[in-house]
Amino acid sequence: MQAVCSDYLIFDEENGVYVENPEQVVRDDVEKHHWLNVFRAVVKDWRLYLMLVPMILVFLFWRYFPMYELLGCFKVTDVVKPVSDQFYSGFSYFNTLIFGEGNPGISADFWRAFRNTFLLSFYGLCFGFPMPIIIALFFNEVRSNVMRSIYQVITYLPKFMSTVVMTSLVMMLVKQGSTTSGMGILSQFLVAIGAVDQQTAFGGLLNDPTFFRGIYQISGIWETAGYDSIVFFAAIIAIAPTRYEAAQIDGAGKMAQMRYVVLPSILSTIIIMLITKIGTLLNIGYEKVLLLYNPKTYMTADVVSTFSQRNGIAGTMQGMASAAEMMNNVIGMLLVIGANTIARKASNTSLY
Amino acid sequence: MKRRLEISELIFKIISYTLLTVFAICCLYPFIYTISASMSGRHAVEYNDLVLLPKDIQFDAFSEMFNSNMFWNSYANTLFLTFYGTIWEVGLSILGAYALSKKRLLFRKGFNFFLVFTMWFSAGMVPQYLNYIETKKVFNAIGIMDDKWLVVIAMGMAAMNIILLRNSFEGVPSEIEEAAIVDGATEMQVLTKVYVPMSKSIIATVSLFFGISRWNGYFWARQMISNGHEHPLMVYIRLRLEDYTNPEVMAGWNKTYATDSAIYAMIICSIVPILVIYPFIQKYFAKGVNAGGVKG
Repeated sequence: MQAVCSDYLIFDEENGVYVENPEQVVRDDVEKHHWLNVFRAVVKDWRLYLMLVPMILVFLFWRYFPMYELLGCFKVTDVVKPVSDQFYSGFSYFNTLIFGEGNPGISADFWRAFRNTFLLSFYGLCFGFPMPIIIALFFNEVRSNVMRSIYQVITYLPKFMSTVVMTSLVMMLVKQGSTTSGMGILSQFLVAIGAVDQQTAFGGLLNDPTFFRGIYQISGIWETAGYDSIVFFAAIIAIAPTRYEAAQIDGAGKMAQMRYVVLPSILSTIIIMLITKIGTLLNIGYEKVLLLYNPKTYMTADVVSTFSQRNGIAGTMQGMASAAEMMNNVIGMLLVIGANTIARKASNTSLY
Repeated sequence: MKRRLEISELIFKIISYTLLTVFAICCLYPFIYTISASMSGRHAVEYNDLVLLPKDIQFDAFSEMFNSNMFWNSYANTLFLTFYGTIWEVGLSILGAYALSKKRLLFRKGFNFFLVFTMWFSAGMVPQYLNYIETKKVFNAIGIMDDKWLVVIAMGMAAMNIILLRNSFEGVPSEIEEAAIVDGATEMQVLTKVYVPMSKSIIATVSLFFGISRWNGYFWARQMISNGHEHPLMVYIRLRLEDYTNPEVMAGWNKTYATDSAIYAMIICSIVPILVIYPFIQKYFAKGVNAGGVKG
């Protein structure tokens, strides 16, 4: 993606330095000080500005107007009145959520959800992130194009299923039952190899809080690892074959080649992807959790978005629910901006 | 001259092939099991008698589903949402991305920020829900009673995809555009005759992203569409799943196939269209991922 500052800087090839783009300076000046010229430019180029209008309207109505509804988290929730007519209640919802003022139960729920959100993403980062890289390395070992295409087609496949279908499959595979009837095939397998206790498997693995995170991560890897390896694989095949040959002449074995040729070449891709992942650490997809969890597993499965879905959409505490999600989203935004700044500093590439 | 494989290389190759094969089997097995279970007899499914291949083959689960009006109804709704939703999103994205790709556009930076900010910060689920409720009232007031249209118009529009398109349009050489303008092309003609044909593959990719997310959409469709006859397929599947795993329903079940088979049959019917077009679209997805990745 292009750096945000690209409008302002152009590369002077003769001297090898970046210089200010004079046209952009003029445009800036016009935008700031010459409103009549702005008006003329818009009138002259009205077709171009008209093209922007539908997109802007859609974003305004369904992305920015909800932000106005966010005012609800500073006001007393009243389902009958619109947000503009509700009374201000200051930071009372935030006080309740963070410090448990007046309603300790909901505060405990919120902190549990917040902790779960963080942990689910963090484990995803630890276990889910390296998998695509490893798979890309393996793809690189497969020399025959036909074989590799077969592997790729098969491993990308789960990515194209919807969350509903994927979660339905998972639910069926670890369904409750007994060894002779009803138990999901995956549960049967896990009991057979002794990975899980028989009684737990009988009750259904998704009804047991200790297994939720594992199921969530493994199904996540199953779904995305193959597809996410595309980026890394593209970086690996871009390595010039001469570099391997040079390493071989110097007597490098396979591991040494990995360490000194492949890894340094794909390091920048890895770092950028990692930073992106850290940036979205708290934006966990709510659909999957919502479809997989149930009251028995709230302890490990309830995340902030499902917490607000339960209280705000299914329940009536809309102010409280908005406040909870807003805290989550603000922290998420700071993470994204921070990650982006680091990426720009570290490698001169900005993600947005 | 073929170089002899060194021992470390050989070991690594063997490990690679083995683990890749295991992973591929893990990816494929659930699908095969799903197909087998959907057409196995009731006894085999209910008494864990099934590992890979179907037993006591029956097609009642499928035939009953194909005879159900609700199923076809939801299928039609999904097609409706996917078709109109994708057209709406792609059309608007192309127009917007084209304008944003022009350096002469004033306040370009502001417009870009307007888009990108939605990627950083979203108001959250509850405010969005309240906003959709308000929208629904407005829509009903102007006579649009179908919630389907609400979902088509209000959902989607990912800033990320617009930025992908914008970057691709920026890469079109300005000389070609100038030539078209000299020949008397209007703004719209420049877009449709020069830019769109030259960015065909990225437009295909973006349409696929939009299309797949429409086909798979669940949460908002379930929240926003109150009428059961307008539910798309994913909502239908989920509601049926909730039905079929209900102990009361299972106790009164007297069909020739198991409740599981009914669920598996629905799952298959929902992924068949994607599987059919999958070989053709796969390369565009790979392209899209690389375009969405980082350019140094």
